[in-house]
Amino acid sequence: MADLERFRSETRAWLQDHAPKSLIDQKFSDIEGTWGGRKASYTNPDLKVWLDVMGEKGWTAPTWPSAYGGGGLSDDEAKVLAQELAALRLPPPLIGFGLTMIGPTLLRFGTEEQKKEHLPRICRGEIRWCQGYSEPGAGSDLASLQTRAVRDGDDFIVNGTKVWTSYADYCDWIFCLVRTDPAAKKQEGITFLLIDMETKGVSVSPILLISGKSPFCETHFNDVRVPVRNVISKINGGWTVAKALLGHERTMIADTFGAGARGGARRQRSLLADHASRYLGESEGRVADAVLRDAVAQSEMDTRAFGFTVQRSRDAGKAGHQPGAESSMFKIYGTEINMRRNELMVRIAGPQALGWEGPGFDEQEIEITRDWLRSRGNSIEGGTSEVQLNIIAKRVLGLPD
Amino acid sequence: MQLVLTEDQELISKTATDFVTGRSPVSRMRALRDSADRVGFSRELWKEMAELGWVGIPFPESVGGAGMGLADLIVVVEALGRNLAPEPFLSCVGLAGSAISLVGNAAQHAEWLTPLVQGERLIAFAHSEAGGRYDVRRVQTRAVPDAKGFRLSGTKVQVLDGHVADAFVVVARTSGGEADEAGIGLFIVPASATGVSVQRQTRVDSRNAAIVQLSDVAVPPERVLGRAGGEAAALDRIIDRATIVLCAEMLGGMSQAFDLTLAYLKERVQFETVIGSFQGLKHRAARVFMEIELSRSCVMAAARALDEGSVEVSKLVSLAKARCSDAYVLAANEGVQMFGGVGMTDEYDIGLYMKRARAAELSFGDAAHHRDRWAVLSGY
Repeated sequence: MADLERFRSETRAWLQDHAPKSLIDQKFSDIEGTWGGRKASYTNPDLKVWLDVMGEKGWTAPTWPSAYGGGGLSDDEAKVLAQELAALRLPPPLIGFGLTMIGPTLLRFGTEEQKKEHLPRICRGEIRWCQGYSEPGAGSDLASLQTRAVRDGDDFIVNGTKVWTSYADYCDWIFCLVRTDPAAKKQEGITFLLIDMETKGVSVSPILLISGKSPFCETHFNDVRVPVRNVISKINGGWTVAKALLGHERTMIADTFGAGARGGARRQRSLLADHASRYLGESEGRVADAVLRDAVAQSEMDTRAFGFTVQRSRDAGKAGHQPGAESSMFKIYGTEINMRRNELMVRIAGPQALGWEGPGFDEQEIEITRDWLRSRGNSIEGGTSEVQLNIIAKRVLGLPD
Repeated sequence: MQLVLTEDQELISKTATDFVTGRSPVSRMRALRDSADRVGFSRELWKEMAELGWVGIPFPESVGGAGMGLADLIVVVEALGRNLAPEPFLSCVGLAGSAISLVGNAAQHAEWLTPLVQGERLIAFAHSEAGGRYDVRRVQTRAVPDAKGFRLSGTKVQVLDGHVADAFVVVARTSGGEADEAGIGLFIVPASATGVSVQRQTRVDSRNAAIVQLSDVAVPPERVLGRAGGEAAALDRIIDRATIVLCAEMLGGMSQAFDLTLAYLKERVQFETVIGSFQGLKHRAARVFMEIELSRSCVMAAARALDEGSVEVSKLVSLAKARCSDAYVLAANEGVQMFGGVGMTDEYDIGLYMKRARAAELSFGDAAHHRDRWAVLSGY
């Protein structure tokens, strides 16, 4: 405990010495430097300074081994670091799929050579990663994917199209599922492959969503030559790797919705309640529209119940209980709460939520509308709610196929 | 707060589950119902539960209790709720016991709470009145002061286990209009007191209840709990505690209703396959499972908040009751639907859970009532 407190004071002092003051309390958009990569643009040059000092120390990936560019911290130390960053109101030096998805996957499944090649570059924010899983013909039935990789000496020749590749237009490398054995049972002919997006034959086209903007792209592979040494785990053994990685993704999605909501629930009045009072008025201290007021309470209570359930799962984990299929349950419930909240925001704003752009609608109203449209994808991306329900029915309830 | 059972709680849970499974299966509750048993539960079993220490879990050691919390009590009550055990936990421990424990003085603890904890005296909580719905403070029964204390007059309905109670904690008004905060008092009235008449009621879910009529019943000062006319806040706390006891019972009930349904989905064959393989039922079963999980988290959180005296207690109690109300009804309704025709027969247990689910939903406030309360407590 004393060691941990010493670590805390040292960490605080170090952060105060090294963190650029201009970053305190600042928020940054999706395409800015905090995601790193070769194509990063830094609206505030201090973001790059911050990334470099933290990357140098390994604190962009605090718990990864220092041999691979991480910080080599224990879980408790990493928690202290996160608390100190929050206390100093500093943004994370680096975020993205490198840290949350491919990095943990490499740590578990990668060869020593692969770890040495990729992990330090992730830690330093030099390479930004995207995910190549879904295809136009393979959505919920992911294992039916058709992107082909045909062996040619020490290389694979890759042909096909990946869809919903988030931020592919800003990314440097992509981790992909490709079919290497068309004759095998569909889950058994899949390989997990890393591809440098600067390779000849890779092209990216953005997808416009109903919300009018989108991080998503289609990524095309036309006779792309990829070294066989970029295979993670075994050739035709990619499905196991893919499933492990999807678990990370679902936890990440659930955390995103659960975490934001938990902070709000502790305030005396939530943003949702303020929004309702603003658009619906109050009568004797109550939101004047009884039906929407009830919906606001329902939304807040759903959020709180979800927060307690996430906490219960963590507390059980700490007490040594084996996790079940919680990530599927959290994925369903977290996303659905978020979608209902977005719909409710629109219903409360009423006709003021009908703006797309231009005069007569303020910035916040446009945002409410765009957020509502974007949120409709929450129950689809990362495995649809229906697929998650199948997983719960099978793995938790033991219902037969 | 930690939302995980301690080792002690795990142990209590196992003991209670084994005991209830062996000694109090649903068939016992069914037999009591069918024979219109005069007591409606087993006094012997109640005495045994007291000897096991369950009745005294949340009460201080000075009255023979364990000095533990609701977080411990709910583990036992959940096991009872699983099998619809009719013993008077909600009435004696959740309601009357909470009232005497929270508001009573040392002499009252010794006279009333000690024998309650020993399982020797049954005390019911006479609060609800016709038309009162869920407004805790809507009390018309009057407590008029006189030279020797107070005289109580009024009619209480659906007094849980009132038909065999040895005494009642009566909520009555010393002053004020019918829903005012000021004027609410708590009074202990023995069932044998002059002017008390009790009439048993029959409820759809077979929970034992009675109408208690009070006609100019004399209450001496030593049977006044706390400050006569100044206990509205205590009443809220008593109802909050009892609500969590009921929620624990509901958690057990919904879990059992779901387990019965799940077992049936795996055994019933139609169209040459077990019906549990149909996606139309699988997804609904998974939804019920999720709702039960969320309910469990909320009940655990609210019980711990009550034990810790959190400022959020009332909000979290409302959260738990709203959640349990919806989830139990969902689990039971889906259960009857998935059992199909046999689910409608009296022979199958699932119908008993459906009745209990609805009765529990409509006790201490339904989900809409608690959303309203949440909103008020949240300042909108």
